[in-house]
Amino acid sequence: MNYPLHLAILVLLWGYIYTSWALMGRLGLVSFGHGAFMGIGAYTVVMLWNHFGLSPWFGALAALAFTAVVALVIGYPCFRFRIVGHYFALVTLALSEVARLVIVALRDHTGGSLGATPNGALHDGASVAVGALQFSSKLVWLFVVTACWLGGLWVWKMVDRSMGRLALQAISEEEEAAASIGIHVTRAKLRITLISALMTCAGGILYAQYQLYVNPDTVSGIAISLQMVFGVIAGGMFVMLGPTVGAAFTLLLAEGLRLAWGNRFPALDSTIYGLMLVLFIIYMPKGILGAALDTLRKR
Amino acid sequence: MEVFDIFLLEAILNGLLLGGLLALLSLGLNLVFGVIDVVWICYAELIMCGMYAVYYLHVQYHWPLVLAMLAAVAIVALLGLALHQFVIRPVLRAEPINQLLVTGGVLFFLQAAATLAFGIEFKNLGVTLPSVRLGEMSFSAARLVAFGVALAGMIALYFFLSKTYLGTAIRAISQDRAIMPLMGVSPARIFGVTSALGGALAGLAACLLVLQYDVHPAIGLSFGPIVFLICVLGGLGNMLGGFIAAFVFAQFIAVGGFVFHLEWGYVLAFVFFIVVMFWRPQGILGK
Repeated sequence: MNYPLHLAILVLLWGYIYTSWALMGRLGLVSFGHGAFMGIGAYTVVMLWNHFGLSPWFGALAALAFTAVVALVIGYPCFRFRIVGHYFALVTLALSEVARLVIVALRDHTGGSLGATPNGALHDGASVAVGALQFSSKLVWLFVVTACWLGGLWVWKMVDRSMGRLALQAISEEEEAAASIGIHVTRAKLRITLISALMTCAGGILYAQYQLYVNPDTVSGIAISLQMVFGVIAGGMFVMLGPTVGAAFTLLLAEGLRLAWGNRFPALDSTIYGLMLVLFIIYMPKGILGAALDTLRKR
Repeated sequence: MEVFDIFLLEAILNGLLLGGLLALLSLGLNLVFGVIDVVWICYAELIMCGMYAVYYLHVQYHWPLVLAMLAAVAIVALLGLALHQFVIRPVLRAEPINQLLVTGGVLFFLQAAATLAFGIEFKNLGVTLPSVRLGEMSFSAARLVAFGVALAGMIALYFFLSKTYLGTAIRAISQDRAIMPLMGVSPARIFGVTSALGGALAGLAACLLVLQYDVHPAIGLSFGPIVFLICVLGGLGNMLGGFIAAFVFAQFIAVGGFVFHLEWGYVLAFVFFIVVMFWRPQGILGK
Protein backbone atom coordinates (compact mmCIF):
# COMPACT_ATOMS: atom_id res chain seq x y z
CA MET A 1 0.00 0.00 0.00
CA ASN A 2 2.90 2.32 0.74
CA TYR A 3 4.41 2.19 -2.73
CA PRO A 4 1.38 3.35 -4.75
CA LEU A 5 0.79 6.02 -2.12
CA HIS A 6 4.38 7.17 -2.48
CA LEU A 7 3.98 7.38 -6.25
CA ALA A 8 0.73 9.31 -5.94
CA ILE A 9 2.32 11.77 -3.54
CA LEU A 10 5.27 12.36 -5.84
CA VAL A 11 3.07 12.79 -8.91
CA LEU A 12 0.88 15.34 -7.15
CA LEU A 13 3.80 17.19 -5.59
CA TRP A 14 5.74 17.44 -8.84
CA GLY A 15 2.49 18.13 -10.68
CA TYR A 16 2.01 21.09 -8.36
CA ILE A 17 5.59 22.33 -8.88
CA TYR A 18 5.34 21.94 -12.67
CA THR A 19 2.00 23.77 -12.61
CA SER A 20 3.70 26.62 -10.75
CA TRP A 21 6.40 26.80 -13.40
CA ALA A 22 3.90 26.63 -16.27
CA LEU A 23 2.02 29.65 -14.91
CA MET A 24 4.94 31.68 -16.26
CA GLY A 25 6.13 29.40 -19.01
CA ARG A 26 2.88 29.35 -20.97
CA LEU A 27 2.94 33.15 -21.15
CA GLY A 28 6.33 33.22 -22.84
CA LEU A 29 8.40 33.59 -19.68
CA VAL A 30 10.56 30.47 -19.92
CA SER A 31 12.52 30.43 -16.69
CA PHE A 32 15.48 28.16 -16.04
CA GLY A 33 15.74 29.64 -12.56
CA HIS A 34 12.97 27.87 -10.70
CA GLY A 35 15.50 25.48 -9.21
CA ALA A 36 16.69 28.45 -7.18
CA PHE A 37 13.22 29.06 -5.70
CA MET A 38 12.76 25.41 -4.89
CA GLY A 39 16.21 25.28 -3.30
CA ILE A 40 15.55 28.38 -1.23
CA GLY A 41 12.32 26.85 0.05
CA ALA A 42 13.84 23.50 0.92
CA TYR A 43 17.07 24.76 2.47
CA THR A 44 15.79 27.80 4.37
CA VAL A 45 13.27 25.70 6.24
CA VAL A 46 15.64 22.81 7.00
CA MET A 47 18.51 25.11 8.04
CA LEU A 48 16.34 27.23 10.36
CA TRP A 49 14.95 24.06 11.93
CA ASN A 50 18.31 22.34 12.35
CA HIS A 51 20.37 25.29 13.54
CA PHE A 52 17.82 27.38 15.46
CA GLY A 53 15.02 24.93 16.17
CA LEU A 54 12.61 27.24 14.38
CA SER A 55 9.40 25.46 13.43
CA PRO A 56 9.04 24.87 9.66
CA TRP A 57 5.82 26.88 9.80
CA PHE A 58 7.81 29.99 10.64
CA GLY A 59 10.66 28.78 8.48
CA ALA A 60 8.21 28.65 5.59
CA LEU A 61 7.34 32.30 6.13
CA ALA A 62 11.01 33.18 6.07
CA ALA A 63 11.58 31.06 2.95
CA LEU A 64 8.64 32.67 1.13
CA ALA A 65 9.85 36.15 2.07
CA PHE A 66 13.37 35.29 0.88
CA THR A 67 12.00 33.89 -2.38
CA ALA A 68 9.91 37.00 -2.95
CA VAL A 69 12.98 39.21 -2.51
CA VAL A 70 15.06 37.12 -4.91
CA ALA A 71 12.27 36.96 -7.49
CA LEU A 72 11.83 40.74 -7.36
CA VAL A 73 15.56 41.49 -7.45
CA ILE A 74 16.00 39.31 -10.54
CA GLY A 75 12.63 39.90 -12.14
CA TYR A 76 12.38 43.66 -11.90
CA PRO A 77 15.54 44.53 -13.88
CA CYS A 78 14.86 41.69 -16.33
CA PHE A 79 11.42 43.04 -17.19
CA ARG A 80 12.37 46.69 -16.90
CA PHE A 81 15.22 46.24 -19.39
CA ARG A 82 13.21 43.96 -21.69
CA ILE A 83 15.27 40.82 -21.25
CA VAL A 84 13.10 38.28 -23.08
CA GLY A 85 13.25 34.96 -24.92
CA HIS A 86 16.42 32.99 -24.54
CA TYR A 87 18.19 35.85 -22.84
CA PHE A 88 15.66 35.59 -20.03
CA ALA A 89 16.15 31.83 -19.95
CA LEU A 90 19.93 32.18 -19.66
CA VAL A 91 19.86 34.93 -17.00
CA THR A 92 17.58 32.78 -14.88
CA LEU A 93 19.84 29.81 -15.55
CA ALA A 94 22.64 31.78 -13.90
CA LEU A 95 20.32 32.32 -10.93
CA SER A 96 19.68 28.64 -10.40
CA GLU A 97 23.41 27.89 -10.55
CA VAL A 98 24.12 30.66 -8.04
CA ALA A 99 21.63 29.06 -5.65
CA ARG A 100 23.22 25.63 -6.02
CA LEU A 101 26.78 26.91 -5.66
CA VAL A 102 25.96 29.00 -2.60
CA ILE A 103 24.45 25.94 -0.93
CA VAL A 104 27.55 23.89 -1.77
CA ALA A 105 29.94 26.67 -0.75
CA LEU A 106 28.30 27.06 2.67
CA ARG A 107 29.16 23.43 3.34
CA ASP A 108 30.00 24.03 6.99
CA HIS A 109 26.35 24.83 7.63
CA THR A 110 24.50 23.06 4.82
CA GLY A 111 26.48 19.86 4.50
CA GLY A 112 27.55 20.80 0.98
CA SER A 113 27.00 18.29 -1.81
CA LEU A 114 26.31 15.56 0.72
CA GLY A 115 23.00 17.18 1.54
CA ALA A 116 21.33 17.49 4.91
CA THR A 117 18.65 15.76 6.95
CA PRO A 118 16.16 17.69 9.09
CA ASN A 119 16.44 16.74 12.76
CA GLY A 120 13.81 14.12 13.52
CA ALA A 121 10.82 15.20 15.57
CA LEU A 122 8.86 11.95 15.64
CA HIS A 123 9.63 10.59 19.10
CA ASP A 124 8.12 7.60 20.86
CA GLY A 125 6.42 6.15 17.83
CA ALA A 126 4.42 9.28 17.10
CA SER A 127 3.42 9.44 13.45
CA VAL A 128 2.56 13.12 13.31
CA ALA A 129 4.55 16.13 14.51
CA VAL A 130 2.53 19.07 13.28
CA GLY A 131 4.86 21.71 14.69
CA ALA A 132 7.83 20.19 12.88
CA LEU A 133 5.84 19.46 9.72
CA GLN A 134 6.95 15.83 9.86
CA PHE A 135 4.55 12.99 9.28
CA SER A 136 5.50 9.35 8.99
CA SER A 137 2.05 8.47 7.67
CA LYS A 138 1.92 8.61 3.91
CA LEU A 139 -1.81 9.11 4.04
CA VAL A 140 -1.38 12.45 5.80
CA TRP A 141 1.09 13.47 3.12
CA LEU A 142 -1.33 12.48 0.41
CA PHE A 143 -3.91 14.86 1.89
CA VAL A 144 -1.35 17.64 2.23
CA VAL A 145 -0.06 17.42 -1.35
CA THR A 146 -3.54 16.95 -2.79
CA ALA A 147 -4.64 20.14 -1.08
CA CYS A 148 -1.57 21.90 -2.38
CA TRP A 149 -2.07 20.60 -5.91
CA LEU A 150 -5.73 21.66 -5.93
CA GLY A 151 -4.61 25.05 -4.66
CA GLY A 152 -2.19 25.28 -7.57
CA LEU A 153 -4.94 24.46 -10.07
CA TRP A 154 -7.18 27.05 -8.40
CA VAL A 155 -4.48 29.69 -8.84
CA TRP A 156 -4.18 28.67 -12.50
CA LYS A 157 -7.96 29.16 -12.90
CA MET A 158 -7.89 32.51 -11.13
CA VAL A 159 -5.03 33.68 -13.34
CA ASP A 160 -6.93 32.48 -16.39
CA ARG A 161 -9.99 34.50 -15.46
CA SER A 162 -8.11 37.66 -14.57
CA MET A 163 -7.45 40.66 -16.75
CA GLY A 164 -3.79 40.07 -16.02
CA ARG A 165 -3.76 36.93 -18.14
CA LEU A 166 -5.07 38.77 -21.16
CA ALA A 167 -2.46 41.43 -20.60
CA LEU A 168 0.31 38.85 -20.34
CA GLN A 169 -0.89 37.02 -23.41
CA ALA A 170 -0.78 40.28 -25.32
CA ILE A 171 2.72 40.91 -23.99
CA SER A 172 3.95 37.47 -24.98
CA GLU A 173 2.77 38.05 -28.53
CA GLU A 174 3.92 41.61 -29.08
CA GLU A 175 5.49 43.40 -26.18
CA GLU A 176 5.74 46.86 -27.75
CA ALA A 177 2.15 46.78 -28.96
CA ALA A 178 0.92 45.70 -25.54
CA ALA A 179 2.77 48.57 -23.92
CA SER A 180 1.35 51.01 -26.44
CA ILE A 181 -2.25 50.19 -25.48
CA GLY A 182 -1.51 50.96 -21.88
CA ILE A 183 -0.49 47.64 -20.38
CA HIS A 184 2.07 48.04 -17.62
CA VAL A 185 4.40 45.36 -18.93
CA THR A 186 6.85 45.24 -16.03
CA ARG A 187 4.14 45.10 -13.38
CA ALA A 188 2.13 42.42 -15.16
CA LYS A 189 5.16 40.18 -15.61
CA LEU A 190 6.41 40.78 -12.10
CA ARG A 191 3.08 39.76 -10.59
CA ILE A 192 2.94 36.40 -12.34
CA THR A 193 6.63 35.77 -11.63
CA LEU A 194 6.05 36.39 -7.95
CA ILE A 195 3.09 34.01 -7.83
CA SER A 196 4.98 31.32 -9.69
CA ALA A 197 8.15 31.69 -7.60
CA LEU A 198 6.31 31.60 -4.28
CA MET A 199 4.37 28.49 -5.30
CA THR A 200 7.58 26.78 -6.38
CA CYS A 201 9.18 27.72 -3.06
CA ALA A 202 6.27 26.12 -1.20
CA GLY A 203 6.76 23.01 -3.33
CA GLY A 204 10.42 22.92 -2.31
CA ILE A 205 9.46 23.15 1.36
CA LEU A 206 7.01 20.24 1.08
CA TYR A 207 9.47 18.17 -0.93
CA ALA A 208 12.15 18.59 1.74
CA GLN A 209 9.75 17.74 4.58
CA TYR A 210 8.37 14.73 2.74
CA GLN A 211 11.73 13.25 1.74
CA LEU A 212 13.34 14.39 5.02
CA TYR A 213 16.48 14.99 3.02
CA VAL A 214 17.77 17.88 0.96
CA ASN A 215 20.62 17.88 -1.53
CA PRO A 216 21.80 20.85 -3.61
CA ASP A 217 21.62 18.79 -6.80
CA THR A 218 18.09 17.50 -6.27
CA VAL A 219 16.44 20.75 -5.14
CA SER A 220 18.43 23.44 -6.98
CA GLY A 221 20.69 24.03 -9.93
CA ILE A 222 20.32 23.68 -13.66
CA ALA A 223 19.38 19.99 -13.60
CA ILE A 224 16.23 20.47 -11.54
CA SER A 225 15.29 23.61 -13.47
CA LEU A 226 15.50 21.68 -16.73
CA GLN A 227 13.49 18.85 -15.19
CA MET A 228 10.64 21.27 -14.50
CA VAL A 229 10.75 22.76 -17.99
CA PHE A 230 10.76 19.36 -19.67
CA GLY A 231 8.12 17.85 -17.44
CA VAL A 232 5.80 20.65 -18.44
CA ILE A 233 6.65 20.35 -22.13
CA ALA A 234 6.02 16.61 -22.09
CA GLY A 235 2.61 17.02 -20.49
CA GLY A 236 1.49 20.15 -22.27
CA MET A 237 2.14 23.72 -21.27
CA PHE A 238 -1.12 25.34 -22.32
CA VAL A 239 -3.74 23.22 -20.58
CA MET A 240 -4.44 23.23 -16.87
CA LEU A 241 -3.73 19.56 -16.23
CA GLY A 242 -0.82 19.38 -18.68
CA PRO A 243 1.96 19.83 -16.11
CA THR A 244 0.40 17.16 -13.89
CA VAL A 245 0.18 14.77 -16.83
CA GLY A 246 3.86 15.53 -17.48
CA ALA A 247 4.75 14.68 -13.89
CA ALA A 248 2.75 11.44 -13.98
CA PHE A 249 4.21 10.47 -17.34
CA THR A 250 7.86 10.98 -16.35
CA LEU A 251 7.47 9.26 -13.01
CA LEU A 252 5.52 6.28 -14.35
CA LEU A 253 7.98 5.89 -17.23
CA ALA A 254 10.89 5.73 -14.81
CA GLU A 255 9.14 3.40 -12.38
CA GLY A 256 7.71 1.21 -15.13
CA LEU A 257 11.10 0.64 -16.71
CA ARG A 258 12.60 0.03 -13.29
CA LEU A 259 9.99 -2.64 -12.55
CA ALA A 260 10.43 -4.22 -15.99
CA TRP A 261 14.21 -4.40 -16.04
CA GLY A 262 15.20 -3.80 -12.44
CA ASN A 263 18.30 -1.76 -11.89
CA ARG A 264 20.28 -3.38 -14.68
CA PHE A 265 20.04 -0.31 -16.92
CA PRO A 266 20.26 2.60 -14.51
CA ALA A 267 19.74 5.45 -17.00
CA LEU A 268 17.48 3.72 -19.50
CA ASP A 269 14.43 5.73 -18.44
CA SER A 270 16.17 9.08 -18.85
CA THR A 271 17.60 8.00 -22.20
CA ILE A 272 14.15 7.13 -23.52
CA TYR A 273 12.71 10.22 -21.86
CA GLY A 274 15.36 12.46 -23.46
CA LEU A 275 14.68 10.99 -26.87
CA MET A 276 10.95 11.44 -26.43
CA LEU A 277 11.43 15.04 -25.35
CA VAL A 278 13.30 15.84 -28.52
CA LEU A 279 10.57 14.19 -30.59
CA PHE A 280 7.84 15.94 -28.58
CA ILE A 281 9.32 19.38 -29.09
CA ILE A 282 9.73 18.77 -32.82
CA TYR A 283 6.50 16.98 -33.65
CA MET A 284 4.15 17.56 -30.72
CA PRO A 285 4.98 20.94 -29.19
CA LYS A 286 1.66 21.02 -27.33
CA GLY A 287 2.62 18.01 -25.23
CA ILE A 288 0.73 14.81 -24.47
CA LEU A 289 -2.43 16.31 -23.06
CA GLY A 290 -2.49 19.21 -25.50
CA ALA A 291 -2.21 16.86 -28.47
CA ALA A 292 -4.77 14.45 -27.04
CA LEU A 293 -7.31 17.24 -26.55
CA ASP A 294 -6.67 18.46 -30.09
CA THR A 295 -7.40 15.02 -31.55
CA LEU A 296 -10.55 14.71 -29.47
CA ARG A 297 -11.78 18.07 -30.63
CA LYS A 298 -11.24 17.21 -34.30
CA ARG A 299 -13.51 14.17 -34.10
CA MET B 1 52.64 39.31 2.51
CA GLU B 2 55.15 38.47 -0.18
CA VAL B 3 54.05 34.86 -0.25
CA PHE B 4 50.47 36.01 -0.67
CA ASP B 5 51.37 38.13 -3.67
CA ILE B 6 53.18 35.39 -5.52
CA PHE B 7 50.22 33.06 -5.05
CA LEU B 8 47.86 35.77 -6.18
CA LEU B 9 49.98 36.23 -9.29
CA GLU B 10 49.85 32.48 -9.82
CA ALA B 11 46.06 32.60 -9.52
CA ILE B 12 45.89 35.43 -12.05
CA LEU B 13 48.11 33.57 -14.52
CA ASN B 14 46.13 30.37 -14.02
CA GLY B 15 43.04 32.42 -14.70
CA LEU B 16 44.64 33.56 -17.94
CA LEU B 17 45.26 29.95 -18.96
CA LEU B 18 41.70 29.00 -18.05
CA GLY B 19 40.49 31.99 -20.04
CA GLY B 20 42.14 30.66 -23.20
CA LEU B 21 40.35 27.35 -22.80
CA LEU B 22 37.00 28.98 -22.05
CA ALA B 23 37.46 31.25 -25.07
CA LEU B 24 37.85 28.18 -27.27
CA LEU B 25 34.77 26.61 -25.69
CA SER B 26 32.67 29.69 -26.35
CA LEU B 27 33.94 30.00 -29.90
CA GLY B 28 32.07 27.04 -31.36
CA LEU B 29 28.83 27.99 -29.65
CA ASN B 30 29.12 31.57 -30.86
CA LEU B 31 29.88 30.45 -34.40
CA VAL B 32 26.79 28.27 -34.52
CA PHE B 33 24.59 30.91 -32.97
CA GLY B 34 25.91 33.68 -35.20
CA VAL B 35 25.17 31.71 -38.36
CA ILE B 36 22.16 29.52 -37.57
CA ASP B 37 20.64 31.62 -34.77
CA VAL B 38 20.22 28.59 -32.51
CA VAL B 39 21.78 28.08 -29.08
CA TRP B 40 23.12 24.56 -28.65
CA ILE B 41 22.29 24.02 -24.99
CA CYS B 42 23.82 20.55 -25.40
CA TYR B 43 27.19 21.94 -26.51
CA ALA B 44 28.97 20.77 -23.37
CA GLU B 45 27.52 17.30 -23.87
CA LEU B 46 29.04 17.16 -27.36
CA ILE B 47 32.36 17.91 -25.67
CA MET B 48 31.69 15.07 -23.25
CA CYS B 49 31.17 12.72 -26.22
CA GLY B 50 34.54 13.84 -27.57
CA MET B 51 36.21 13.18 -24.24
CA TYR B 52 34.77 9.67 -24.15
CA ALA B 53 35.95 9.12 -27.73
CA VAL B 54 39.53 10.03 -26.82
CA TYR B 55 39.36 7.90 -23.69
CA TYR B 56 38.03 4.78 -25.37
CA LEU B 57 40.21 4.98 -28.47
CA HIS B 58 43.35 5.58 -26.45
CA VAL B 59 42.84 3.46 -23.34
CA GLN B 60 40.60 0.66 -24.64
CA TYR B 61 41.81 0.32 -28.22
CA HIS B 62 45.36 1.53 -27.65
CA TRP B 63 45.39 4.05 -30.44
CA PRO B 64 48.21 6.58 -30.20
CA LEU B 65 46.99 9.63 -28.32
CA VAL B 66 47.33 12.06 -31.22
CA LEU B 67 45.44 9.76 -33.57
CA ALA B 68 42.71 9.22 -30.97
CA MET B 69 42.36 12.96 -30.60
CA LEU B 70 42.12 13.56 -34.34
CA ALA B 71 39.47 10.86 -34.56
CA ALA B 72 37.59 12.46 -31.67
CA VAL B 73 37.54 15.82 -33.45
CA ALA B 74 36.13 14.09 -36.56
CA ILE B 75 33.55 12.18 -34.53
CA VAL B 76 32.26 15.27 -32.76
CA ALA B 77 32.19 17.18 -36.06
CA LEU B 78 29.92 14.43 -37.40
CA LEU B 79 27.82 14.63 -34.25
CA GLY B 80 27.42 18.37 -34.81
CA LEU B 81 26.32 17.73 -38.37
CA ALA B 82 23.88 15.04 -37.25
CA LEU B 83 22.50 17.33 -34.55
CA HIS B 84 21.78 19.93 -37.18
CA GLN B 85 20.25 17.56 -39.71
CA PHE B 86 18.02 15.59 -37.39
CA VAL B 87 17.17 17.99 -34.59
CA ILE B 88 17.69 21.60 -35.58
CA ARG B 89 16.44 21.49 -39.16
CA PRO B 90 12.89 20.43 -38.28
CA VAL B 91 12.56 23.36 -35.83
CA LEU B 92 14.31 26.06 -37.85
CA ARG B 93 11.00 27.82 -38.43
CA ALA B 94 9.60 27.17 -34.95
CA GLU B 95 9.59 29.58 -32.02
CA PRO B 96 13.13 30.46 -30.85
CA ILE B 97 12.36 29.09 -27.42
CA ASN B 98 11.49 25.70 -28.92
CA GLN B 99 14.88 25.67 -30.61
CA LEU B 100 16.50 26.29 -27.25
CA LEU B 101 14.44 23.60 -25.57
CA VAL B 102 14.98 20.95 -28.23
CA THR B 103 18.74 21.06 -27.73
CA GLY B 104 18.02 20.91 -24.02
CA GLY B 105 16.27 17.62 -24.73
CA VAL B 106 19.39 16.45 -26.56
CA LEU B 107 21.41 17.39 -23.47
CA PHE B 108 19.18 15.16 -21.38
CA PHE B 109 19.43 12.36 -23.91
CA LEU B 110 23.22 12.46 -24.34
CA GLN B 111 23.80 12.57 -20.61
CA ALA B 112 21.54 9.61 -19.97
CA ALA B 113 22.84 7.66 -22.95
CA ALA B 114 26.41 8.18 -21.71
CA THR B 115 25.41 6.88 -18.29
CA LEU B 116 23.78 3.88 -19.91
CA ALA B 117 26.70 3.14 -22.21
CA PHE B 118 29.72 4.07 -20.12
CA GLY B 119 28.52 4.01 -16.49
CA ILE B 120 28.84 6.78 -13.94
CA GLU B 121 32.48 6.07 -13.03
CA PHE B 122 35.04 8.80 -13.52
CA LYS B 123 37.37 7.76 -16.35
CA ASN B 124 40.93 8.97 -16.33
CA LEU B 125 43.01 9.08 -19.47
CA GLY B 126 46.11 8.09 -17.47
CA VAL B 127 48.27 10.64 -19.22
CA THR B 128 49.99 13.01 -16.82
CA LEU B 129 51.88 15.98 -18.09
CA PRO B 130 54.53 17.42 -15.76
CA SER B 131 54.09 20.76 -14.08
CA VAL B 132 56.16 23.69 -15.18
CA ARG B 133 57.91 25.80 -12.57
CA LEU B 134 58.43 29.49 -13.02
CA GLY B 135 60.25 30.95 -10.04
CA GLU B 136 58.05 30.22 -7.02
CA MET B 137 55.00 29.47 -9.14
CA SER B 138 54.03 26.23 -10.80
CA PHE B 139 51.64 25.63 -13.67
CA SER B 140 50.34 22.39 -15.08
CA ALA B 141 51.73 21.67 -18.53
CA ALA B 142 48.31 20.41 -19.58
CA ARG B 143 46.95 23.90 -19.03
CA LEU B 144 49.79 25.50 -20.96
CA VAL B 145 49.24 23.11 -23.86
CA ALA B 146 45.51 23.78 -23.74
CA PHE B 147 46.11 27.51 -23.79
CA GLY B 148 48.49 27.26 -26.75
CA VAL B 149 46.24 24.96 -28.78
CA ALA B 150 43.19 27.08 -27.99
CA LEU B 151 44.94 30.19 -29.25
CA ALA B 152 46.17 28.38 -32.36
CA GLY B 153 42.67 27.04 -33.03
CA MET B 154 41.18 30.49 -32.72
CA ILE B 155 43.74 32.01 -35.08
CA ALA B 156 43.13 29.21 -37.59
CA LEU B 157 39.40 29.83 -37.42
CA TYR B 158 39.97 33.54 -37.90
CA PHE B 159 41.93 32.93 -41.09
CA PHE B 160 39.40 30.41 -42.32
CA LEU B 161 36.56 32.87 -41.83
CA SER B 162 38.35 35.84 -43.36
CA LYS B 163 40.42 34.30 -46.18
CA THR B 164 38.46 31.43 -47.72
CA TYR B 165 35.35 31.50 -49.88
CA LEU B 166 33.45 29.22 -47.54
CA GLY B 167 34.43 31.32 -44.53
CA THR B 168 33.31 34.48 -46.26
CA ALA B 169 30.00 32.84 -47.13
CA ILE B 170 29.56 31.85 -43.49
CA ARG B 171 30.16 35.39 -42.32
CA ALA B 172 27.88 36.78 -44.99
CA ILE B 173 25.00 34.53 -44.06
CA SER B 174 25.37 35.44 -40.41
CA GLN B 175 24.90 39.07 -41.39
CA ASP B 176 21.87 38.62 -43.60
CA ARG B 177 20.07 35.32 -43.76
CA ALA B 178 17.48 36.54 -46.27
CA ILE B 179 19.68 38.10 -48.92
CA MET B 180 22.44 35.53 -49.22
CA PRO B 181 20.37 32.84 -50.97
CA LEU B 182 19.74 35.41 -53.71
CA MET B 183 23.51 35.77 -54.11
CA GLY B 184 23.86 32.08 -54.81
CA VAL B 185 24.88 30.85 -51.38
CA SER B 186 22.96 27.77 -50.27
CA PRO B 187 21.96 28.29 -46.63
CA ALA B 188 21.41 24.58 -46.09
CA ARG B 189 24.98 23.82 -47.09
CA ILE B 190 26.44 26.67 -45.04
CA PHE B 191 24.40 25.59 -42.02
CA GLY B 192 25.73 22.05 -42.41
CA VAL B 193 29.34 23.21 -42.71
CA THR B 194 28.94 25.54 -39.73
CA SER B 195 27.45 22.78 -37.59
CA ALA B 196 30.29 20.44 -38.47
CA LEU B 197 32.79 23.20 -37.72
CA GLY B 198 31.09 23.94 -34.40
CA GLY B 199 31.27 20.24 -33.63
CA ALA B 200 34.94 20.10 -34.57
CA LEU B 201 35.68 22.98 -32.20
CA ALA B 202 33.83 21.09 -29.47
CA GLY B 203 35.96 18.05 -30.32
CA LEU B 204 39.13 20.12 -30.05
CA ALA B 205 38.00 21.43 -26.67
CA ALA B 206 37.31 17.83 -25.63
CA CYS B 207 40.89 16.81 -26.44
CA LEU B 208 42.23 19.61 -24.26
CA LEU B 209 39.81 18.99 -21.39
CA VAL B 210 40.43 15.26 -21.26
CA LEU B 211 44.09 15.96 -20.47
CA GLN B 212 43.09 17.83 -17.33
CA TYR B 213 39.85 16.32 -16.09
CA ASP B 214 38.29 12.87 -15.66
CA VAL B 215 35.31 12.12 -17.89
CA HIS B 216 31.92 11.28 -16.42
CA PRO B 217 28.38 11.61 -17.81
CA ALA B 218 27.54 14.75 -15.82
CA ILE B 219 30.74 16.62 -16.68
CA GLY B 220 28.86 18.80 -19.16
CA LEU B 221 26.86 20.37 -16.36
CA SER B 222 30.05 21.49 -14.63
CA PHE B 223 31.21 23.79 -17.41
CA GLY B 224 28.26 24.06 -19.79
CA PRO B 225 26.46 26.85 -17.91
CA ILE B 226 29.69 28.89 -17.75
CA VAL B 227 30.14 28.65 -21.50
CA PHE B 228 26.61 29.91 -22.24
CA LEU B 229 26.99 32.74 -19.83
CA ILE B 230 30.29 33.72 -21.44
CA CYS B 231 28.66 33.79 -24.86
CA VAL B 232 25.72 35.84 -23.61
CA LEU B 233 28.03 38.15 -21.70
CA GLY B 234 30.07 38.82 -24.81
CA GLY B 235 26.97 39.21 -26.95
CA LEU B 236 25.56 36.01 -28.44
CA GLY B 237 27.15 35.36 -31.81
CA ASN B 238 29.91 37.89 -31.27
CA MET B 239 33.16 35.94 -31.27
CA LEU B 240 35.37 38.81 -30.12
CA GLY B 241 32.95 39.58 -27.30
CA GLY B 242 33.01 35.94 -26.25
CA PHE B 243 36.79 35.98 -26.32
CA ILE B 244 36.97 38.96 -23.95
CA ALA B 245 34.19 37.66 -21.72
CA ALA B 246 35.99 34.33 -21.37
CA PHE B 247 39.06 36.01 -19.88
CA VAL B 248 36.95 38.21 -17.58
CA PHE B 249 35.01 35.19 -16.35
CA ALA B 250 38.16 33.14 -15.86
CA GLN B 251 39.68 35.85 -13.68
CA PHE B 252 36.58 35.91 -11.50
CA ILE B 253 36.76 32.16 -11.08
CA ALA B 254 40.52 31.98 -10.52
CA VAL B 255 41.07 35.02 -8.31
CA GLY B 256 37.70 34.81 -6.55
CA GLY B 257 38.35 31.14 -5.94
CA PHE B 258 41.83 31.91 -4.65
CA VAL B 259 40.77 34.65 -2.24
CA PHE B 260 37.66 32.88 -0.94
CA HIS B 261 36.89 29.35 -2.08
CA LEU B 262 36.40 27.77 -5.47
CA GLU B 263 32.59 27.86 -5.39
CA TRP B 264 32.59 31.50 -4.34
CA GLY B 265 34.66 32.28 -7.40
CA TYR B 266 31.88 30.82 -9.53
CA VAL B 267 29.20 32.58 -7.50
CA LEU B 268 30.99 35.90 -8.03
CA ALA B 269 31.28 35.24 -11.76
CA PHE B 270 27.56 34.38 -12.06
CA VAL B 271 26.47 37.38 -10.01
CA PHE B 272 28.73 39.57 -12.14
CA PHE B 273 27.01 38.10 -15.19
CA ILE B 274 23.53 38.89 -13.87
CA VAL B 275 24.52 42.46 -13.01
CA VAL B 276 26.07 43.06 -16.43
CA MET B 277 22.93 41.68 -18.07
CA PHE B 278 20.87 44.38 -16.38
CA TRP B 279 23.29 47.00 -17.56
CA ARG B 280 23.79 45.73 -21.12
CA PRO B 281 21.24 43.00 -21.96
CA GLN B 282 22.73 42.59 -25.43
CA GLY B 283 26.17 41.73 -23.99
CA ILE B 284 29.32 43.81 -23.77
CA LEU B 285 29.91 43.83 -27.53
CA GLY B 286 26.41 42.94 -28.73
CA LYS B 287 24.60 44.95 -31.34
